Amino acid sequence: MTTPRTSALDAARLVALRDLRLAFRKPSQLLQPLVFFMIVATLFPLSLTPEMSRLRDAAPGVLWVGALLSSLLALEFLFREDAQDGTLEQFALSGQSLTGMLFAKTCTHWLLTGLPLALIAPVAAGALGVPGDAMPGVIASLALGSFAMSLVGAVGAGLTLGARRGGVLLSLLTLPLAVPILIFGARATELAIGGGNIAPPLYLLGAIAVLGLTLAPLAAAAAVRIGLE
Amino acid sequence: MATWTWFHRLGSPPHVYAFAQRWAKWFGAAAALSMLVAVYGGLVLAPPDYQQKDAFRIVYVHAPAAWLSLMIYTTMAVSAAVALVWRMKVAHAAAAACAPVGAWFTVVALGTGMLWGKPMWGAYWVWDPRLTSELVLLFLYFGYMGLRAGIEDPVKADKASAVLAVVGVVNVPIIKFSVEWWNSLHQTATVMQLGKPTMDSRMLWPLLLMFLAFALYFIAVLLTRLRAELLRRERNASWVREAVGAA
Amino acid sequence: MLKVAGLQLWRGDRHVLRGLSFEGDPGQCVLLTGRNGAGKTSLIRVIAGLLDAEEGEVSWRGAPVRTNRQEFHSALAYLGHEPPLKGDLTGHENLRFSTGIRRPVGTIEIDAALTRTGAFAFADRPVRTLSAGQKRRVALAGVLLTRTVLWLLDEPTTNLDADGQQLVAELIGEHLGRNGLVVAAVHHPLPLPAANVVPIELGAAG
Repeated sequence: MTTPRTSALDAARLVALRDLRLAFRKPSQLLQPLVFFMIVATLFPLSLTPEMSRLRDAAPGVLWVGALLSSLLALEFLFREDAQDGTLEQFALSGQSLTGMLFAKTCTHWLLTGLPLALIAPVAAGALGVPGDAMPGVIASLALGSFAMSLVGAVGAGLTLGARRGGVLLSLLTLPLAVPILIFGARATELAIGGGNIAPPLYLLGAIAVLGLTLAPLAAAAAVRIGLE
Repeated sequence: MATWTWFHRLGSPPHVYAFAQRWAKWFGAAAALSMLVAVYGGLVLAPPDYQQKDAFRIVYVHAPAAWLSLMIYTTMAVSAAVALVWRMKVAHAAAAACAPVGAWFTVVALGTGMLWGKPMWGAYWVWDPRLTSELVLLFLYFGYMGLRAGIEDPVKADKASAVLAVVGVVNVPIIKFSVEWWNSLHQTATVMQLGKPTMDSRMLWPLLLMFLAFALYFIAVLLTRLRAELLRRERNASWVREAVGAA
Repeated sequence: MLKVAGLQLWRGDRHVLRGLSFEGDPGQCVLLTGRNGAGKTSLIRVIAGLLDAEEGEVSWRGAPVRTNRQEFHSALAYLGHEPPLKGDLTGHENLRFSTGIRRPVGTIEIDAALTRTGAFAFADRPVRTLSAGQKRRVALAGVLLTRTVLWLLDEPTTNLDADGQQLVAELIGEHLGRNGLVVAAVHHPLPLPAANVVPIELGAAG
């Protein structure tokens, strides 16, 4: 007797819904990376200058370093709990594509951490002297960049499952790989602030995101399988 | 099927150990010889550069070291990929042996780059795209070695770092491209680049020979480290007892 | 149906599995016994495909498992030491997810399974509020719901009282009756008819 199998798409949808449900049962956990971002953004004026014009020059760097560090913090949540309570193992044993399920997890994770970060970034940006008409560009660049960062970070998160001091190691592994994201993303934000054409760096950032889309989930699945051994 | 036998021998620890034991010293000797000739060619025979005078001579260490640092990372990643696909223990050992050597070459490239920068631009560090890429490459090496050190189980450490090496090697061209792009955006009037002077053949051949010397040196060191890695990994196997007993 | 041949496994320096071979057919329960650290958990994980053995092969229905991991996984249910449940979801929600990613399932079926394992009463509380024994009962319902032929159980009676241990024996017996196959690592022998049991002792010499 053969029982009908759930399709890969439905399985991915169930994973996404599960993660969303879990996130909203612990909403405080969602706020932490955002608060961290705001704190980091505040530290820069405190360490540099309250002068708006100088802050505006530094704004792309501040926003992006803050965003990268914040997403590293958020990446801790991606696989760790599931690995600890044994549910990640069940993903690998479900008969469904682990790549697809981890991709669904990563996308949901970005919806819960990266996208909100991009949406509140204008608050920090405004405090750094960024003019209002630059905000859509700021949001777009940070949204795309944080998505690429989630993809790359998922690989690092999988590799550091069960490693000693996994959090620090995750940063050490992921930040060099994030250099292109940082370069193109910060340039897009800089152009947005200066009123220039943000399309070229945004396209380059998009290209990285597409490359990440095709390769990162596979690498993440391989990494998770190794971590589960 | 001769090639297949060769490939299988490559995967057998005792065979590789014996090969390494025999050949490491010859590679080392060849490296020393070519290095001597290259140094003589670079320091004595090559004429001083029109603009940089004698300061350019550091390129004879800087450029080959940088090329090796990249070549070794690629070798490491290829070993890692072979290890993952064909499940070869020897390939994992080779990747592990490559990492510290590659990291050192990167440090040498950075150090000599800094020594070059001082007389050229008055500053030890400039955000030259090649130097910056080398720095990111050093961080990639540190990440690889850190991951290996951070995972307790040796089999897991091998496999996880192998995935990281493959992911890293795919990223290296992207990182280089993005750093070049970044640097070109902020081009100032004075080109802050450690540009190689245009070279005539008297300057060029010591450079290429030095590169060969460094490559031979790398192979010698790799074979030596590989022997140690294999001994450590296979310490419970019977061939090790024979090999060490005989020595 | 399940065949294990010549498995060699090292965990670090320890030679855990030394050329282990056995076969299991429908209606049989392969019972793994042995002291702590003998390799029971490692063996189950190798069969499940979570761990790679250095040498040897696991075959399912004649084909090596390595060639078709996903097919094999859809035919098995694995229950390890820790019941795989999200603490913030209720037992019911957990099972709806874990079964749902395999096959479509309705509330009635889930409730029936929970009732069978005696977990219905607390199935609507967040799992983190449950005791270890209660969590295990929920997890056992999850195994039932997968409707797979092969069950891989690592010490299924952990944290269960006498009633619970009896329940596990019954569930396994019923599964064998449906021509299912069970590989279970246990500390104490399970009350099952000897004819259906393939005893494997790990850690013994040779």
